[in-house]
Amino acid sequence: MTGLDVAFAAVGLVAAASGLLAVTTRHVVHAALWLVVCLGSVAGCYLVLGAEFVALVQVLVYVGAVVVLVLFALMLTRAPIGPHAQIATSRLHRVLAAVLGAGVTAMLAAVLLPLAAPVSRRETDTTELASQLFGTWVWPFELLSLLLLVALVAALAVSRVAGRGAREAGRSAP
Amino acid sequence: MTALEALEVVLRSVAVLAAFLVLPLLVGQTEHKVMAHMQGRLGPMYAGGFHGWAQLVADGVKFVQKEDITPAAADKGVFRFAPAVALIPYLVAMAVIPLSPDVVAADAPASAVLVLAVTAVGILGTLMAGWASANKYSLLGAMRAAAQLLSYELPLVLSVASVCLAAGSLSLSGIAAAWSPWWLLWQLPGAVVFLVAAVAELQRPPFDMPVADSEIVFGAYTEYTGLRFAFFLLSEYAGIVVMSLLFAVLYLGGWQGPFSDQLGWVWTMLKGFVIAVVVIWLRVSWPRLREDQLQRLAWLVLVPLALAQLALTGVWVVASA
Repeated sequence: MTGLDVAFAAVGLVAAASGLLAVTTRHVVHAALWLVVCLGSVAGCYLVLGAEFVALVQVLVYVGAVVVLVLFALMLTRAPIGPHAQIATSRLHRVLAAVLGAGVTAMLAAVLLPLAAPVSRRETDTTELASQLFGTWVWPFELLSLLLLVALVAALAVSRVAGRGAREAGRSAP
Repeated sequence: MTALEALEVVLRSVAVLAAFLVLPLLVGQTEHKVMAHMQGRLGPMYAGGFHGWAQLVADGVKFVQKEDITPAAADKGVFRFAPAVALIPYLVAMAVIPLSPDVVAADAPASAVLVLAVTAVGILGTLMAGWASANKYSLLGAMRAAAQLLSYELPLVLSVASVCLAAGSLSLSGIAAAWSPWWLLWQLPGAVVFLVAAVAELQRPPFDMPVADSEIVFGAYTEYTGLRFAFFLLSEYAGIVVMSLLFAVLYLGGWQGPFSDQLGWVWTMLKGFVIAVVVIWLRVSWPRLREDQLQRLAWLVLVPLALAQLALTGVWVVASA
């Protein structure tokens, strides 16, 4: 058991615990805040494994932008302080979600636990990452960016066209 | 790790903490005096004797004495924790900004990305404060802050990406070492975008919609008192220090200048200080932007400008390679 193993176990434990709290808490904003802790500790896992750049981008994109967007969207709704009956899920939903979660966990554990080995740190410098990303994996990468672009344009079109249609319908109504 | 290495880590941490506590006060006092003289006033004159130099120390003592109030309807844990989330990212950022090749607390390989990543986390403090206060003004302030910071994050990252591309390095030390006076012209659009976006990230006037005191009291910080409020103020001024030093390192060559072997860190500090004065100057010169003007500036001016700068840098780097 090396120092790296201990560090990895610690951040992994924090990630798992905060992830669990994110899905079990009854406060909707707390769930988003626990998600911050979870994503941050996943970045910590990357850092322990030597993928510094991936860890930093994880923090920059997921914590700094995605969760901020989630919180922003929550604030636009009511997002009450404390648990709220209107946004609580029913008992049946919770049981089903727990069964599904347990099933996925068991499956992943069955596949991944036999592969478990002491942590081996491999320093990945940014140059190597870039040559992999823009060499070997350039087509999937570009396709993904195209997909995101299409989604972006489509979102704009939906909001614009739907808005205009509703307005015209409102105008023609007597 | 030997005892000597442990001692070095401790010393470096203490040095960063000292800089973190002293430099924001220096900027704050400069703001008091510079603003006052620009407006034909004297500013603080009594505290400490000489031109009111101890005014902010006195303010600090005042904040410590105040009662620490948590509103009854607030989400107590989140409310109490928010100032720390706003403050600590700037402490981390300050640790990786190099003042000279030797004077840097922690020389991280991708420090430019690290600084951007941790300052992005600082936004969460404002959001947590605004939501947990259970106050309409706070919530409005937090929403404005979120909308503003999300929009200005993008031009900030793009302009830093351009400099990284020009230097061929993600490390702040590497960028400052690769700097040449020609960058002043070549990276000028990116520098302007960075400065504007940085002031907006700090929610400083003219981008202080989120704390507009004439409309929403003090935005997300309305319900805070005492030391926790002081922490939010400290994070704003620490943010000015971080962004100014970052500007000096990225666009003004950091420690490059006459006698840079001996006086390198003095050059970085001087350049950063000049930028901090510019940030203060902006506050005195411009009225507050309206919310729609803010968004328009970010998406229709800064983002295209930053993309154009990135393209220009890319073309030049490829052509001259």
